[in-house]
Amino acid sequence: MNGYGGSILRVNLSTGKITKEPTPLEMVRDFIGGRGFGAYLLYKEVPKGADPLGPENKLFISSGPLSGLMIPGAGKCDFTCKSPLTGGYASSSLGGLFTAEIKYAGLDSIILEGVSPRPVYLFIDNDMIELRDASRLWGRNTFAVEKELKEKLGEEFQIACIGPGGENGVLFAHVNHDYGRQAGRGGVGAVMGSKKVKAIAVHGTKSIHVADVTGYRQAGLTLFKACKDSEGLKPWQDYGTTIVVSWCDEVGALPTRNFSAGSFEGGKTLYGPYMREQIVITDKGCFGCPSPCGKYSRMKRYNTNVEGPEYETIGMLGSNLGIADIQDVAQANLLCDDWGIDTISAGGVIAWAMECYQKGILTKQDTGGLELNFGNVEATFNLIEKIAKREGFGALLAEGVKKAAKKIGKGSEKFAIQVKGLEQSAYATHNATAMLISYMTCDVGAHHNRAWAITYDLQVGRDRVVPEKVARVIWLQNFRPMFDVLGACRLQWVELGIDRDLYVPALEAVTGMRRTWEDLEKVGERIWNLTRLYWAREHEGFGREWDMPAPRFYEEPPKTGVTAGQITKFEDVNKLLDMYYEQRGWSSNGLPNPETLSRLGLSALAA
Amino acid sequence: MRLYAENSRCSGCRACLVACSLNIFTENNPKKAALSIISHFPAPGTFEVKVCTQCGECAQVCPTGAIKQNAKGAYHVDFSECNLCEACVPVCPEGVMYVRTELANTSWKCDLCGDCVAVCGTNVLRIGEIETVSAAAAA
Repeated sequence: MNGYGGSILRVNLSTGKITKEPTPLEMVRDFIGGRGFGAYLLYKEVPKGADPLGPENKLFISSGPLSGLMIPGAGKCDFTCKSPLTGGYASSSLGGLFTAEIKYAGLDSIILEGVSPRPVYLFIDNDMIELRDASRLWGRNTFAVEKELKEKLGEEFQIACIGPGGENGVLFAHVNHDYGRQAGRGGVGAVMGSKKVKAIAVHGTKSIHVADVTGYRQAGLTLFKACKDSEGLKPWQDYGTTIVVSWCDEVGALPTRNFSAGSFEGGKTLYGPYMREQIVITDKGCFGCPSPCGKYSRMKRYNTNVEGPEYETIGMLGSNLGIADIQDVAQANLLCDDWGIDTISAGGVIAWAMECYQKGILTKQDTGGLELNFGNVEATFNLIEKIAKREGFGALLAEGVKKAAKKIGKGSEKFAIQVKGLEQSAYATHNATAMLISYMTCDVGAHHNRAWAITYDLQVGRDRVVPEKVARVIWLQNFRPMFDVLGACRLQWVELGIDRDLYVPALEAVTGMRRTWEDLEKVGERIWNLTRLYWAREHEGFGREWDMPAPRFYEEPPKTGVTAGQITKFEDVNKLLDMYYEQRGWSSNGLPNPETLSRLGLSALAA
Repeated sequence: MRLYAENSRCSGCRACLVACSLNIFTENNPKKAALSIISHFPAPGTFEVKVCTQCGECAQVCPTGAIKQNAKGAYHVDFSECNLCEACVPVCPEGVMYVRTELANTSWKCDLCGDCVAVCGTNVLRIGEIETVSAAAAA
């Protein structure tokens, strides 16, 4: 099948049985690849009510039709499962070189199901596929595991592995790859750990066939040329995602001290240009990327290296914890990567604990002696390790901020900054209503990348609550995730501003099937609605209240910074939701109407 | 003319490798590229790019005369004449003369098509006149 590896690899960890199935044509037609495959397979194969960390849950790892090809940023790999953190849909995108290697091994998706009786790693060398003993690797941190497997198997192998966080069921554990790329969000690493899979090592030497090689080559070269001609290329190459730190600080979107403000007095020493000058040594790109976000850094003070920190990590482990030193933030980043936990959720849950401590809700007795004041670097480092080990106070935080707050109570639920149980990523939304509704309705919980609408807020008036804003968010939610479906990165469109229509002839030449962006957006809408159905299936009474943001964004205006005194009105939060549901074709309780499902061809699947 | 690489600019993305295999074999397969990227991670955290210098050592030892110069003056492999003897591989000073019989029934090397340069977003690669040792030292 042109553009595809052609096979789905199914690995039953309980029985050790490994099988290959042809990638179903119907799934290709309706869901295309990557995140689309994940959403479809999750809905279809994981039974209702499955324990996220039990044998019934599955981990779906999928490439897309553009993955591994001569297309800018064709290195996106989707990890989908039932989230142990939220109990709903988890889909996390991994960059680096992993997804390309899956394709060269002739695979589109890897399905991990069941639970292995002992620690294993999945070895894939083209058609030689087996589960191998990983008892010696169990308990070890991600960098050591990747290094050992590469030394043992060869540099051409690509490794994705979990750290102690994933082994110990930290609900926001990640999967790490290429010394610094992660499938970070929603606890996909905990699911891999629950199956006792320490790592996946993949090597492929097969060629990926395309429908029209001349047309594809031309379309690919045109895409690369557009990227290279872009005015945005140079600054993005220099700073990557850190380019937005200063902008967020200036517009009051930089999360500060558990999102109590949007500007940080220590922000300047976290800005991209300062970081570049102080610690960056190499640019590190994902597969086929002309504009590498990855900034590989050296922290002289700690005698360590890390890929990053990127914007989200700077926000969550920097300003949100009151930490202003870029080397400290980078070191915290490294510890999270190495121990196997998501930097965004870790920053969210530690910030919540710091606020609890400063308000007297938590004391030294609770924290195991740690003085959890904002800005305490040593305590932060200590907590990251404790969380990954589920040790002492770390065990509470390993549950994520929603469950931790429920357990502690005393009003701390109000400043647990999350939606649907997923810690909010690094945009403060006191007065940015498009970004707020984006977080409220995001398909995995409070994550930014489906609809990064904050610049639109600034363009059209940040406190305005108008249907156009909601329409913009819906359009972004249908369209942007399609890059995760195709297996290529969205940032060439977002940041370099290349014409998205350039992808259309490329996709057609690769797959032999013409799809316009209108067609692709419809697939995006189909996936969005299917994942909504999944949430409703897994949570009794799922509906409007699940879309509510943290009360901080409608009750507590920041006291400092450029958004001081600004807040979204509660009635506007509800107005946003009303508009959103109506435009989506959903009920007033936020569930897809039968006509909407029928229009998207989901009626049979939903029945 | 030959290919030059500036290691410090490389971000390890490998677009060049796919473009190369597409040119040489009309296939998407970085394992069949005629240049290579060596990653030195997690420390010291650098990439090293190996490219053909068009020194011609491979052509000199080829017993069948399969390695020939094209119009650009670049040495390339005439697949129909390669007998897979591998004499060319150990003499290549950069390690970019390839024989992998599990992948192809021929040796292969850089023919200076320039597609790697076209897709390299960080301008690691360029094609330039071959500098002699004395000229390079003077520069």
